[in-house]
Amino acid sequence: MSEQVTIRPRNRLLAWIEERLPILSFTASHTTGYYAPKNFNVMYYFGSLALLVLVNQIVTGIFLTMNYNPSAAGAFASVEYIMRDVEWGWLIRYMHEVGASMFFIVVYLHMFRGLMYGSYKKPRELVWLLGMLIFLVLMAEAFMGYVLPWGNMSFWGAKVIISLFSAVPVIGNDLVTWIMGDFFPADATLNRFFALHVVALPLVLLLLVVLHLAALHEVGSNNPDGVEIKQKKGPDGHPLDGIPFHPYYTVKDLFGVGIFLLLCAFIIFFEPTVGGWFLEHDNYIPANNLVTPTEIKPVWYFTPFYAILRVIPSKGFGVLALLASIVALFLVPWLDRGKVKSIRYRGTGYKVALTIFAIVFVLLGSIGAGKTTEWIPEIFGPNADLTFIENTFGRILTILYFGFFLFLWAYTYFGWEKTKPVPDRVTVAEH
Amino acid sequence: MHKLKTFCVALALFASMGIACAQEGGYPEANANIADRASLQRGARLFFNYCVGCHSLEYLRYSRIAEDLGLSEQQVMDNLDFTGAKFGDPVISSMPAADAEKWFGKAPPDLSLEVRAKGADWVSAYLHSFYLDPARPVGWNNTVFPNASMPFPLWELQGVQTAVMAPARPGEEAAVEKLEIKQPGSMDPQQYDQAVRDLTSFLEYASEPAALKRTSMGAWVLIYLALFTFAAFLLKKEYWKDVH
Repeated sequence: MSEQVTIRPRNRLLAWIEERLPILSFTASHTTGYYAPKNFNVMYYFGSLALLVLVNQIVTGIFLTMNYNPSAAGAFASVEYIMRDVEWGWLIRYMHEVGASMFFIVVYLHMFRGLMYGSYKKPRELVWLLGMLIFLVLMAEAFMGYVLPWGNMSFWGAKVIISLFSAVPVIGNDLVTWIMGDFFPADATLNRFFALHVVALPLVLLLLVVLHLAALHEVGSNNPDGVEIKQKKGPDGHPLDGIPFHPYYTVKDLFGVGIFLLLCAFIIFFEPTVGGWFLEHDNYIPANNLVTPTEIKPVWYFTPFYAILRVIPSKGFGVLALLASIVALFLVPWLDRGKVKSIRYRGTGYKVALTIFAIVFVLLGSIGAGKTTEWIPEIFGPNADLTFIENTFGRILTILYFGFFLFLWAYTYFGWEKTKPVPDRVTVAEH
Repeated sequence: MHKLKTFCVALALFASMGIACAQEGGYPEANANIADRASLQRGARLFFNYCVGCHSLEYLRYSRIAEDLGLSEQQVMDNLDFTGAKFGDPVISSMPAADAEKWFGKAPPDLSLEVRAKGADWVSAYLHSFYLDPARPVGWNNTVFPNASMPFPLWELQGVQTAVMAPARPGEEAAVEKLEIKQPGSMDPQQYDQAVRDLTSFLEYASEPAALKRTSMGAWVLIYLALFTFAAFLLKKEYWKDVH
């Protein structure tokens, strides 16, 4: 909820510009004029961190495109050229690669914050929807970026994911060929993915981020108490529990940025592949359509959704469930009929359900990443029926994943939720 | 305090993830150390004496080896470059790929990224696990990579190993129980372990030459960021004094 601030510069040149293009007033309105609740906790760092990572991806991405060669014959070698012969190329590439994974860590936490404190509820439904669109585009962006190094996992990952479109009735197989521009991932695929990854999707992403922020600044930020600070204003017209975003949250976020960069730098300089989680071993083998990797799996951030696809026996229903798992998140503002926003004052049922949902998401991820394939023989002995146990476990988790949304609707629709009274003003922990 | 705890938990999670991943594969640890320059130099000598006849390092230049291993151009050209390549050229084996495929059934793979693809522990275990197997076309087999088509050039160092087979269970083929050195080589087992460690270190370096710079710079970056974060923390505290 930004307030209109008008700046009248003394400098005549600036004044001349400001009269024609009020850029200083606009900036001030959205920084010093934007009143944010004063009780943000640690979960509120991830929005600004996501913006930071986006900038990092764009800047490092620009430098990568200067040396990358988007052709099936040259892509793999050009990535090694960046890693070895381009000045600081290794650093730029690691920043981009670690940035991609950190983007998802930050975005998942940001989304989880939304679920914790009901940030998707009226009047912030559009903020949530635009955020979900960002997430969707981000997934497409990450997938196409992952194909570009043209390692063997890039190739087979692309083949498996694009083949999902063959589940579309009637035109499925033609659609797959149309997307690839060939009968398997090839030069044409790499070229179009490059174009989409570096031009088309980043533009869409930036536009959505601007809209996400514009919608947020219209309705104002939520907070850990789920209290609308706009309703209690002081004599000066500012919310009693609000503080100007700048300087208070700019300096606070600066501290968050410091901690975040410490973590990122540690990964970039000491463990840039994170043991095969951020950069997979099989992707250091050039793309080869004759040699299938022992296990085709996506990077960690897609694994929960990939698990849902994998444990469902029919391809058509698997793809539908995969789609539904993301569509369900879009619908949360309308599934949840509860009036109380924050988990602090919601019923025990919601607290338990959200905790289970988070655990289920991580466990689904471990199935998608092939971890359960290692764990099951250790737990049940080497003769256990791996596929059966894994599928059963995965299907229970899938039911629990969708169960969360169903529960959320029933719990609030039938009025089963016993909420606590919400305070009038935000609460601040003792310093 | 609460924030600190959260970040500590996050850090601990990351650390445990790294440890969990480092042990995957179940091979004995290679103990390769790319920070040990003498080991890298010995490993380079082994590579250029025993491996480069068949295997290339197409992404690594002779000049880069000289720079990173502290060798002069003269030393590299005299002792490592046996193919007449120029100093700035990448390391390309002189064996024609087409012939290699005819002789071995499969062209020997480029080893520039072998350690990144398979892991240092795998490479070290592989180099320990060749044994005589008359059933194979080249006479050698390997327990880490069964039916590998590669003859074992390091036999004169390690000696010749043979397989002791476990008694076959009905319906199954006999499996190798352990390997025994039948004819000793020029090195005793400790010396050979060190030689493999050197060679693995060199291949690990070859798979990511930037790792040398990366790890030596990393500490300074972290120190700088820690100071920055501390300054940001003080700034935040100062500004937030008047928020109640």
